[in-house]
Amino acid sequence: MFNNRIYHKIDALSGSVATLRAEGVKYGEIAEVESRAGTSLAQVIKLDGPNVTLQIFAGARGVDTAAKVRFLGEPMKVPFSDALLGRAFSGSCVPRDGGPQIHGTPSPIGQPSVNPAKRIMPNRMVRTNIPMIDLFNSLVVSQKLPIFAKAGEPYNDLLARIALQANSDVIVIGGMGMKHDEYLRLRSMLDESGALAKTTMFIHTAADPTVECVLVPDVSLAVAEKFALEGKDVLVLLTDMTSFADAMKEIAITMEQIPSNRGYPGDLYSQLASRYEKAVDFDGAGSITILAVTTMPGDDVTHPVPDNTGYITEGQFYLRGGRIEPFGSLSRLKQQVNKNTREDHRTVMDAMIKLYAQFKETVEKQSMGFKMSDWDEKLLKYGEDFEKNMMDLSVNIPLEEALDLGWKILADNFEKGEVGIPSKLADKFWPGG
Amino acid sequence: MTTTGKIAAVNGNMITVVFDGAVAQNEVGYAVCGDKRLMAEIVRVRGTRCDMQVFDATSDLMVDDKVEFTGEMLAAELGPGLLAQVYDGLQNPLAELAEEAGKISRDAAYFLQRGMYLPGLPRDIKWDWHPTAEIGSRVMAGDFLGWVPEGIFDGEKLPGHKIMVPFSFRGVYTVKSLAPAGAYTVTETIAVLEPVAGESSSAQNAQSVEVQMLQRWPVKVPIKCFSERLAPEETLETTVRTIDTFFPVAVGGTYCVPGPFGAGKTVLQQTTARYAKVDVVISAACGERAGEVVETLKEFPEIVDPKTGQSLMKRTIIICNTSSMPVASREASVYTAVTLAEYFRQMGLDVLVLADSTSRWAQAMRELSGRLEEIPGEEAFPAYLESRIAAFYERAGRVRLRDGSTGSVTIGGTVSPAGGNFDEPVTQATLKVVGGFHGLSRARSDARRYPAIDPLDSWSHYAPVIERARVEAARSILRKGNEVGQMMKVVGEEGTSQEDFVTYLKAEFIDAVYLQQNAFSDSDATTPVERQRIMFSVMEKALVAAFAFADKVEARHFFMDLRQSFIDWNDKPFNSDEFAAGKATLEEKIASATK
Repeated sequence: MFNNRIYHKIDALSGSVATLRAEGVKYGEIAEVESRAGTSLAQVIKLDGPNVTLQIFAGARGVDTAAKVRFLGEPMKVPFSDALLGRAFSGSCVPRDGGPQIHGTPSPIGQPSVNPAKRIMPNRMVRTNIPMIDLFNSLVVSQKLPIFAKAGEPYNDLLARIALQANSDVIVIGGMGMKHDEYLRLRSMLDESGALAKTTMFIHTAADPTVECVLVPDVSLAVAEKFALEGKDVLVLLTDMTSFADAMKEIAITMEQIPSNRGYPGDLYSQLASRYEKAVDFDGAGSITILAVTTMPGDDVTHPVPDNTGYITEGQFYLRGGRIEPFGSLSRLKQQVNKNTREDHRTVMDAMIKLYAQFKETVEKQSMGFKMSDWDEKLLKYGEDFEKNMMDLSVNIPLEEALDLGWKILADNFEKGEVGIPSKLADKFWPGG
Repeated sequence: MTTTGKIAAVNGNMITVVFDGAVAQNEVGYAVCGDKRLMAEIVRVRGTRCDMQVFDATSDLMVDDKVEFTGEMLAAELGPGLLAQVYDGLQNPLAELAEEAGKISRDAAYFLQRGMYLPGLPRDIKWDWHPTAEIGSRVMAGDFLGWVPEGIFDGEKLPGHKIMVPFSFRGVYTVKSLAPAGAYTVTETIAVLEPVAGESSSAQNAQSVEVQMLQRWPVKVPIKCFSERLAPEETLETTVRTIDTFFPVAVGGTYCVPGPFGAGKTVLQQTTARYAKVDVVISAACGERAGEVVETLKEFPEIVDPKTGQSLMKRTIIICNTSSMPVASREASVYTAVTLAEYFRQMGLDVLVLADSTSRWAQAMRELSGRLEEIPGEEAFPAYLESRIAAFYERAGRVRLRDGSTGSVTIGGTVSPAGGNFDEPVTQATLKVVGGFHGLSRARSDARRYPAIDPLDSWSHYAPVIERARVEAARSILRKGNEVGQMMKVVGEEGTSQEDFVTYLKAEFIDAVYLQQNAFSDSDATTPVERQRIMFSVMEKALVAAFAFADKVEARHFFMDLRQSFIDWNDKPFNSDEFAAGKATLEEKIASATK
């Protein structure tokens, strides 16, 4: 009975937010705003007596006080069907590839949290053939992991490479604040490898309205959830989550909310968490794995966005100088899978990193002009070897080969007793016995 | 007559309600949304309007929707059936929620359904009631009436689950009758009590009261049915070497574990939950990752508790309000956890509450405060942040019960400081009120030195398991070694004296063989105190020895070799022949290198 209620008077406009007087409006419902600026969807974000506050997805620019507002009586929904695959849309689900609009089952976005009791323990490794991931920080199905990088690092390339090499059923890409040419490049990379046919893209470019940026993760994850419930293993790539947080900041500030840290809203953690926590391995259905990019303004990991993200996600990869840094990079779920790969996996991983840490210290000493001991010389040689043959992103080998390579690098540079590996394992795997 | 109201405004998870009649601060009400009833709590009253935080998503609520008040504060259900449960922050059992939601559709079972609440205690289980109180005896709140066997508390190896006079009873009562031994559900009457005239506040209606095993208690109010609070003196054995030896926790004490992300807070909490020598562990996953809870959920039932020979889950309760679950129930979750802990303490048990993470709890308060448009304090946290944190940790303690036995609640909370910088409101407010500080450092975790408890910055007011003087001697080597290490970065190895260099190696040795402990190795993950004492005395020999090294190369080589043997020794099962042999080898190596 409340459907199709139409109002013609907007009382206040600020940022992307409009306020009007209306009756019988539900919190969170969607409205259509038709004005000189065109037609846009909007969402109810506040009710106060007769006053209804709307967030207009296309922004309030050009919206006039006599705009026509029609309340639709239901929350934001995304049409779901297999026809989404191979296509690209905006944050509010408008096709951006020239194709037709999709007509599918309307599925609400931002649904409740998964019951922890219905999750299963993640135990399937995602093989990427990148040794810095597979060997040192194994990625696991249903993991949520961000790539921390400063602007200019080839994070989208890394994202695309993982997407192409990981064996998932469906890929959902959520682009936020993307450059248009980045989007085209990502698309052509997927196209060339034939992966586009199993990919859905929701892209917000820097030129699009801010509110649509905030919608991208929700829409992407709602679609991913639907596919996962159908039993598919879905890989969701979100780039860049810092743009998402900045869009939230912009909206919160125009809403006159009290900022907590560097202008970000106080619920930044909860907002990010409710998206990342969509990563799941369903007991008896498919899974969602989330790989995100979080650019670090000023390469500062204590910036609120990477900082809050780090507390939410199950580890992080630091991309620096085009390489995945071994320090700080961490996959919290690696313990779930690296015990079932090869018996030497964990030991090689630990030993190589500890030695690499010592190498770094030695480099520091060397740069200060100190005399290098024999041990220092060994470390220097090892570090160089490790960086060149293991860390470089162009190395593309399966885990088992990477482990053998690890032993070789250790044996080329050290004596068996120097590497801190329990004698039992060293005796078995040390090249040449 | 119950009070009702109407919604006047909706803003995020906060609603403003115009009510008729009387309401109380923290009273619970339900917002009626179509066929759903959404639970909410009053957080502020102004005239005839009150602000309520809703424990669920508020979408679809409308102005003028009805709100029904209950007249009660947010309460936990206490009684048999709590152990081995997995609850959300409001004490809804998660497995049962999934089952109930599964009745809607297959897909619905995967999600937490809005407005679905279930009782915390199973109503259908019959418990084997053993009355113990004497008819005619005078009792007060918290006194024992009888017991039922529940899991490990079977009444044989361990005392049974005690049934107590409800904590909400004021004054003195006499036991009029007790139900005969037999099987009863938690809602069946097991005793009838009669108020003693003049000594009971409910004497005005001096009628007898029926008592059930199930009782309810408001979670934000501490339970105080004991005769006195005692000092926390005894050390709580966690079997984590760095903690027990260097920064101990006391039974009934408090400690905090602040650390940046990735420093190993959660792994440390999980290790503690597994191996700590206590009767009951209540693990509150407050605003943290769901994946980690699942790990505990699936692993604990498989692990055998060496003390009872039964599954570890049988001594554990998990309160799980992960980061994507509603913020308001996150705020409630730590209170629910500590209330359950106090309930078991009242039976004379030692209970450990692990809250991970208190920062998420503080952030929930901040979100709430922001929505109320309160004047913000530092970093937009509310001004009452400190007092709330202090009051929470004050609920820990060792108490003497009225029958002379003692029980305790120990609280360990992790803190997740923004940017890993301890100089922020939550860490600072916590440090003021806890007895132990296990600060995790990024430098240590980057170097894979786990547990990453900083041996120089951390502290504890409680008594260690090894004489303090010996521990201090080891710590001073750590401190000195660290200084030498810093200096060596400037003046180089050649600029360091042989003596200083050996001190540096000794410090590194302590770190490598004693402080670092592999939580994922079967034998190394847990070191009983007895083994710690043996390990410490062997290590001590290397620390006090005056070594005769020709040069630094020889010294480094010696310590590398010693470290290797020690790490191999750590892997040997305790009290095995290999263990004895390993000890002898080490002592011999140390002796042979001594002047």
